[in-house]
Amino acid sequence: MVIAVASGKGGTGKTTVAVNLALVLGDVQFIDCDVEEPNAHLFLKPVLTEKTPARVIVPEIIEERCTFCGKCAEVCAFNCIAVIPPNAGLKGGVLVFPNLCHSCGACSLLCPEGAIRESHREIGVVETGQAGAIRFAHGRLHVGEAMSPPLIRQVKGHIDRNRTTIIDAPPGTSCPVINALEGSDYCLLVTEPTPFGLNDLVLAVDVLKVMGIPHGLVINRYDIGDGAVEAYAKQNGIPVLMRIPFDRTIAEHYSKGINMVEKDGDYAEKFRALFKDIRKHYETDRSHQRKRGHG
Amino acid sequence: MKQIVVISGKGGTGKTIFTASLAALAPSKVLVDCDVDAADLHLLLAPRTVERYEFRSGKTAWIDPALCISCGKCADACRFDAIVESGDEFEVNPLACEGCGLCARICPVDGIEMRENLCGEWFLSDTAYGPFVHAKLGIAQENSGKLVARVREAAKGIAQSRNLDYVIIDGPPGIGCPVLASLTDTDLAVIVTEPTLSGIHDARRILELTRHFRIPAGIVINKWDINPEASREIEALCDEEGVSFLGRIPFSKQVAASLIKARPYVETAQDDVADAIRAAWNRIDSEPTGKDRRSS
Repeated sequence: MVIAVASGKGGTGKTTVAVNLALVLGDVQFIDCDVEEPNAHLFLKPVLTEKTPARVIVPEIIEERCTFCGKCAEVCAFNCIAVIPPNAGLKGGVLVFPNLCHSCGACSLLCPEGAIRESHREIGVVETGQAGAIRFAHGRLHVGEAMSPPLIRQVKGHIDRNRTTIIDAPPGTSCPVINALEGSDYCLLVTEPTPFGLNDLVLAVDVLKVMGIPHGLVINRYDIGDGAVEAYAKQNGIPVLMRIPFDRTIAEHYSKGINMVEKDGDYAEKFRALFKDIRKHYETDRSHQRKRGHG
Repeated sequence: MKQIVVISGKGGTGKTIFTASLAALAPSKVLVDCDVDAADLHLLLAPRTVERYEFRSGKTAWIDPALCISCGKCADACRFDAIVESGDEFEVNPLACEGCGLCARICPVDGIEMRENLCGEWFLSDTAYGPFVHAKLGIAQENSGKLVARVREAAKGIAQSRNLDYVIIDGPPGIGCPVLASLTDTDLAVIVTEPTLSGIHDARRILELTRHFRIPAGIVINKWDINPEASREIEALCDEEGVSFLGRIPFSKQVAASLIKARPYVETAQDDVADAIRAAWNRIDSEPTGKDRRSS
């Protein structure tokens, strides 16, 4: 079972929930898909044993074959190629902007002269290792790179679907989040009971509905906001699986990388119960789908 | 005109609450929310929307079932696994399609159409604090970087035509595409961080980014008293990196509780948090920016 932990709004406690859940379960895989700002390693402290460069495909022009026909620039939907035809005795040129490239392969496939070969560009690294019984993988996007989805897909390549997997997703609701959530069996949405939390929760729930992923809520710092998130969950039939109070000690421990379940046995019990609830809701949801004929 | 962007790397450090207070403190400005996929600044500025625009960007493939001969060439060529076979028919998964158009070009029966995406909307609004440009990315849509560029261009236009002194930008979390679009061509990046392992880790990465793009940066520590030792580490980091230390804001439960009032924090409270935000603004205001440095 693949459980993704996501949020819409940043800083609601995604990593905290994902890490503590992994710690109480022990024998799981942990996949940190927040490749722009990976943080889970600060809390799980894995021994990282392998580091693989994450590369994307980019075009490389074979100059001696190029006739400056301009086909590559015409077919590129992302404006990464500019062709300057030869003019008044000046040699022509082809400019490639690899940062904009989506690696679709259109230019190399459609070049009539076979003058484009594909080469690779590194956009980040994937690191894997072990934190106790937890198998760990995360990605680190190189600073200055724009596109995280290809790296997220490479990190997810480490998922072994026979094991319980916990994915720590990036914040937001756009491409990086969708790439992180794709293929998950269940999504835990971590939110806080403030107008910001609610606004971004509604957006995240809409995304999960489009993707058809069953989901439940963890309300963090549930005692320092208002009741609107609870009311929204009730109205929309979204189960609240856990409520974590604000506690200055938890916040201070978090700041030092100390995990809740390691300091407080009650929380270890609560996170185990959370996992049971996730399984239960996931099974119920699946059997409903079967009854409706989608399963 | 100075363009000031508030960013953080890590999400939830208090960017938007801080930016809303700058809206109340800074004179003569236009405000922009560049966190287009989880925009929150409008919740504190009570905007009245004056103009509304569609944001169209990119395309998605659509296979015409009447023309498709199920040869599967499109599915073989697609690098994004966006074309899926269901029974003996082929369909596009719009969430996976990146709109490159390769399938449409190679389809032997010309049976694939590239349809333009309506990715979201953006708005010009009036607020008690000045004009405000904001946006809403559609559900599960792409191209947030381009939408950020669009709202920034609109805001810059307003600042120039009305002769305003500041463009104040609420940025998204992370370091990827929408952050790059929020950061480019700004005069000062105000990094709001928190004294936690994650906050420091992410602040280091965002400082690497501002250095990479040669944008002057400064740091505000939010909730500094949660971990005074880590706060000192961040102050030391400022010295080490040669960026300005712009101030520190204490933790208060009142801040989260105040959000329901739907106003900038400095207008709802007279406490040490509000004082610290004011002090930080005064430092930002007197901070030499990239342009001053270039002209001096």
